[in-house]
Amino acid sequence: MKVPLRWLKEYVDIDDIPLEELVRRLTFAGLEVAKVRYVGVPEPGGASGREPHLAWDREKLLVGAITEVRPHPNADRLVIAVVEYGGPEPEYCVTGAPNLFEYQGKGPLPQPLKAVLALEGAVVFDGHKNDGSLMKLRGRKIRGIYNRSMVCSERELGISDEHEGIIILDPDAPTGMPLQDYMGDIVLDLDLTPNMARCWSIVGVAREVAALFGRELRMPPDDFSPTGPPIEGQAAIRIEKPDLNPRFMLGLLRGVKIGPSPYWMQYRLRLAGMRPINNIVDSTNYVMLELGEPLHAFDYDTLYRRAGGKPPTIITRLPKPGEKLTTLDGEERELDPFTILVCDTAGPLSLAGIMGGLESEVEDTTTNVLLEAASWDFISIRRTMKAQKIDSEAAARFSRGVHPAIAERGLRRCLMLMQQTAGGEIASGVLDEYPRPAPTVEVDLPVGSVGRLLGVDFTAEQIVELLSGLEFRCEVKGDVIHVTVPDHRMDIGSGLIGQFDLIEEIARLYGYDRFEGTQIADELPPQRGNIVLERTEMVRDALVRAGLQEIITYRLTTPEREALLTPPGARSDWPDVEYVRLANPISRDKVVMRHTLLAGMLDVAASNLRYREHVAFFEVGKVFIPCDAPLPDEPLRLGIVMRGPRRPESWLGRPDDDASPMDFYDLKGVIESLVEQLHLPEVTYRPSEHSSFHPGRAAELNVSGRNVGVFGELHPLVCKAFDLGDMPVLAGEFDLETLIGLIPATYKMKPISRYEAIRQDIALIVDEAVPAAEVEAVIWEAGGQLLRGVRLFDVYRGDPIPPGKKNLAYTLMYQSYERTLTTKKASKVHAKIAKALERRLGAKIRA
Amino acid sequence: MLDQLEALYREALEALEGASDDEALRGWEREYIGRKGKVTLMVRRVGELPPEERPAFGRRANEIKRELQAAFEQRARQIEQEKLARELESGAIDVTLPGRPVQVGRLHPSTQTLRRIYDIWAEMGFQVYLSRDVEDDETNFTLLNIPPHHPARDMWDTFYTTRPGVLLRTHTSPGQIRAMREFAPEPIRVILPGMCYRYEQISARSEIQFYQVEGLAVGHNIRLTDLIGTMSDFVRRLFGPERKVRFRASYFPFTEPSLEVDLDCILCGGKGCSVCKHTGWLEIAGCGMVHPVVLRNGGYDPEEFTGFAFGMGPERITMLLYGIDDIRYFWGNDIRFLEQF
Repeated sequence: MKVPLRWLKEYVDIDDIPLEELVRRLTFAGLEVAKVRYVGVPEPGGASGREPHLAWDREKLLVGAITEVRPHPNADRLVIAVVEYGGPEPEYCVTGAPNLFEYQGKGPLPQPLKAVLALEGAVVFDGHKNDGSLMKLRGRKIRGIYNRSMVCSERELGISDEHEGIIILDPDAPTGMPLQDYMGDIVLDLDLTPNMARCWSIVGVAREVAALFGRELRMPPDDFSPTGPPIEGQAAIRIEKPDLNPRFMLGLLRGVKIGPSPYWMQYRLRLAGMRPINNIVDSTNYVMLELGEPLHAFDYDTLYRRAGGKPPTIITRLPKPGEKLTTLDGEERELDPFTILVCDTAGPLSLAGIMGGLESEVEDTTTNVLLEAASWDFISIRRTMKAQKIDSEAAARFSRGVHPAIAERGLRRCLMLMQQTAGGEIASGVLDEYPRPAPTVEVDLPVGSVGRLLGVDFTAEQIVELLSGLEFRCEVKGDVIHVTVPDHRMDIGSGLIGQFDLIEEIARLYGYDRFEGTQIADELPPQRGNIVLERTEMVRDALVRAGLQEIITYRLTTPEREALLTPPGARSDWPDVEYVRLANPISRDKVVMRHTLLAGMLDVAASNLRYREHVAFFEVGKVFIPCDAPLPDEPLRLGIVMRGPRRPESWLGRPDDDASPMDFYDLKGVIESLVEQLHLPEVTYRPSEHSSFHPGRAAELNVSGRNVGVFGELHPLVCKAFDLGDMPVLAGEFDLETLIGLIPATYKMKPISRYEAIRQDIALIVDEAVPAAEVEAVIWEAGGQLLRGVRLFDVYRGDPIPPGKKNLAYTLMYQSYERTLTTKKASKVHAKIAKALERRLGAKIRA
Repeated sequence: MLDQLEALYREALEALEGASDDEALRGWEREYIGRKGKVTLMVRRVGELPPEERPAFGRRANEIKRELQAAFEQRARQIEQEKLARELESGAIDVTLPGRPVQVGRLHPSTQTLRRIYDIWAEMGFQVYLSRDVEDDETNFTLLNIPPHHPARDMWDTFYTTRPGVLLRTHTSPGQIRAMREFAPEPIRVILPGMCYRYEQISARSEIQFYQVEGLAVGHNIRLTDLIGTMSDFVRRLFGPERKVRFRASYFPFTEPSLEVDLDCILCGGKGCSVCKHTGWLEIAGCGMVHPVVLRNGGYDPEEFTGFAFGMGPERITMLLYGIDDIRYFWGNDIRFLEQF
C-alpha cells in the first residue's frame, strides 16, 4: 500500500512530525514501512543510489503558464509553447507533445495551460532513454529554432513512465511556484500483514496515524445535491446468494462528459501505483484508494440496451453451467461454480469484486453511469482470485475483507467526485440491498485481563484513551470495559478472542518499545530431556571424531534417482513401498520424499569430486515411508559415504601420503569406532548381499542380535550410475532409531591390571572360508580369564601356504589381576587356545 | 726423575688440548693415563728412586695423576658439548613448512547453529521436542487458527502431497499442537527444531527446505513482558551482549499479540546497508502470545493458561553470523563451504 504524504495530510495533521518518527511509529505499530520514495524532494542524507532519484531544482523547475502554442516554422511535428513563469520574458519551448497540438496556431489562449517548465540548466531525466539517466538542459537549436528550456512530461520528472505528452497541471496551479513546493511529495510503501485489511486505504492509514499521535481524523466530504429524478424505477438489484454478497448498492449519474481527470487526481493515482484512465474510472479508483471500497462504474446505456430497452436489473449470483465472461483485460474466462458474478438479465457483467467485464465498461462515448458499491465474502473472492490468477487492486482489498458499511460511504463519495470531474446530474437516492447486515461487535474487556496477558497493568482510563483513538466506543462498568467495535473493523472477534484482539490493539498503540522485559516467574515444567536428540548428537560427535564431515541433503528426490542405487537388471533390496509424493512439485528433480539418504549423499560426493579426491561424509536425517496411517513413518537414518585416497597429498611424500584408495576396511574402522564410542553391546558383522553393494564386500551390522544396517563397497555399476569415478566408494546406511535405542544408559569401567602382561604370538593356517571373526571368537572362548587382548597383525596368502588357505597371525596378551603371570602359566593357556583352534576350525598352528 | 715427570705432565696437558674428538681423546687416555700410559709407567718407576725422595715423588705423582684425570674429564665434557652443539646446529629444520595434514571431521554449520540455540534455551529451561515433517492440513493450519481459504494462508506457500489433507509442514508450529496435546495440563517450555518446506523457487534468498526452531511456553502466568525479556536474553546470548533488540507489531494467526524481533544490523551497525535493506535492523524472529484458539486446540483453557511462542531460522542466523550471502550453500554441501565452519 503506497501512501503519498500530501494525500494523507488531508485527513490528519502531521506537519509537525518528523518523517523518521512517523516511519518508526508506523513500523512499531505493525504498519511496516518497507520503503520511502522521495518524489521531487531531496532525500535526507543524500540519494542512497539504490534507485534513480531527482530532487526538483527549486530555481529551475517551476509551474509555468502556456499562453500560446505556435506552429514550428520548419517542422510539422513540433510546436513552440510560449510559457510565462514570472520572469521578465516568456520562455519559448520547442516541443513535440501531442497534447499541445490542438492549441496550435489559435493565438493567445483565453485560459492559459499550466505546465511544468524546466529552465536552462535544470536537471531532469532523459525522456528518450527511460533508463534513469539524467540530463542537463542546454540551449541549442531544434530545427532552426533556438531552444533552452522545456515543458516536461511525467517521465522527465521521475513521476511515472508516461512520455506521450507533457503534464497539463490544474488551472489553479500558481504560476512561478517552484514545482517542488507545488507537488513534491514523499510516498510511504507499507508492507501490510493480512490482519491489516482496514489499512488498505489512505483514510485507514490516517486513522492509525491519528490514533498513534493523538490527532483527529478528518473524513473526506461526500455531500452533493442530487438534482436528477429518483433512481427507483431506473434500475433494480437482486441478490441470490446473500452469504456471499451481504450488501449491494447502486447510484446513477446522468449526462457525464468523459475526459481526462484533473491532474491532482491523476498525480495521486500515479503516486499510489495506479494508471489514470478517464474521469469516471479514475474517480472510482481514487475512492478505492481513499476509503478502501472498490467500486465499479457501468455504462448505463449498455445495460439498458442489454435489458431490451428497459431499466436493467442487476443480479448477483453463481455461474450457470458453461457460462463465460470476457473481462476488462480482454480474457475470456471459464467460470468456477464458486465464483460470484455481477450479472444482468442478459448474462454476466463482471467477476464480482475482482474485475469488470469488457462489454459494460465505461467508454469515451458513455454519458450515463451506473455506479456499483458492494460487499463480498472475502473467502469467496480469494478463491476466485486464486483460480483466475487475478491480483487486481479491488481483489486485493475484497479478499482481505471490506466492511459493508464502507460501501455506502464509497458510493456517496464517488458520486460526488464523478460529478465534480465529469459533470452530470446525480439521481436522487441510491438503491441499497442489504440482506445480511453486519452485526455490531461488542466485547466486555475485564481491566485485569490486559495486565494478565501483557505483564503491565493498565488503568481503565488508559485503556479507554488508547482504544478511543481507533474509534472503539468504550463504556467503563466497574472492572469491565464494554467496548463497541467501529464499523470499519472486521478483525475483532467476540468473547475471549475479542478480548485478545483488543489487548493487542492496546499493546500496539501503547508501543512495544515501552515494555520492559521480565524473567518468567511461572513454575518450571518437569525437565525430561530428549533422549532421541541427545543420542543422535552422540552419534554425530562420534562420527566427527572419526574424521567425517557432516552434510545435510534435500529430503526431496525422485524415484528414478533412488532407482540408480540398484544395478540395472538386479532385484532391489530397498523396501518396495510407495513414496510420499508431492501434488505440486516445483522442480522435476524434487517430486517425492526420499526412502534413503544414500542417493542424495552420493550426488553430493560426485559434485565434490571436482574439488576433492577424498570425501568422507555422514548424514543424519529422516526418510519417509508411507504406511496405513494417513501420515507416513519418518524413521531416522544414518548414512556414510567415503571415497578417495586414504591420506591427503602433502609435501611429505610417502609413507606419510598414503595415496592408495580407501577400501572396505577404512569404512569398517569408522563403524568400529562408532560402535565403540557408543558402547553398543554384542556387535557382530555378517557378510551381506545387498543389491547396492559389491557382492563380496558388504557387511551387515548386528547389535544385540538386531540388524541395524548394511555397509560396504558400493557396487561398481552403482558408482558408475552416480558418476563417482574409478576408485571404490564405501557407503552404508543404518537404522538410527534402533541403533540409538541399543545404546546402554551407562556402562562399567573395565579394571586395569597392575601386573606385567605377557605377549605371545600365534600363527595359524585355516580355510579361506573361515571368517576372521570366528577365529577370534574361538581364541577368546579358549583363552578364559587370563587372556586380555587379541590383535590380528598379519593375513597372508600364497607360497608356502597351500591354495584355498590363509595364514592368520595374532599377538595374544595374557595378564592377571592378582599376580605377575609366569611364562609357564601363559604358555599353558596359549597351548589350550592352539588346541581349540585345531579342533574347532581345523587350523594348522605354525608357531 | 721428578723433572721428567713434570715435563711429561706438561706434555700431556698440551696433548690434551690437541685432542678434539672422542677418538683422539681415547688415544690420549691410552697414551698418558691408561694402564700402559706414559704417566702410569713413570709413576711405577718410583722404586728406582732413593727412599728419601720417594714420598715427595709419590705425592707429586699422585697430584699429577689426579689433575690429568680431571683435565681429561673436563676435556671429554667439553668435546661432548661441542658435539651436541654441532649436532643441534645441523639439525635445524624449516619451521615454516606446513604440518602433516590431520583429517578432521566437522558438523554442518546448521547443526552447529542448532546446538548453540539448544544450549541457550536449555539453560532457560526449554527442552527439545521433535515433531514430524509430513503433516496434516489440520495440524499445520486449521488448529493453528488458519482455517481453509483464510487470507493468512497466503503467508505460506505449501507443498501438498497426493494424499488429500497431507502436506509438508510449512513451519514447525504444528509441533506446538502436538506438544500441547501431549503435555496438557502441565506447564510447557519447549523448543521445536525441524526441517520445514515451502513451495518457492530456490534462489540466493529462499530455499524449498530449511530448518526452523519454534519455541513454546505455556503456564498459568506467562506474560508478554516475559516473552520480551526471554527473547532479548536469547538474542544477546547468541549475537553478543552489546546488541540492540527491538520488538514491533506483526501478525501471525497463531499468536496475539504478534511481534517481530529485530536486531540492529550486525553488518553496518545500524547505519543501513543492503543486508538490512537500509533500515538498520534485521528481522531475526517472529513471536507472540499464544492465541486463545490455539491454546484451546492444544487442550489448555485460555481463561486459565497463557503462553508465548516464537520461531526463527537457523540458516538465516548462520548467514548473519558468518556473512554468508547465499542460502543455497547450505544444502549444496560444497566441501569448500563446509570445511570453513
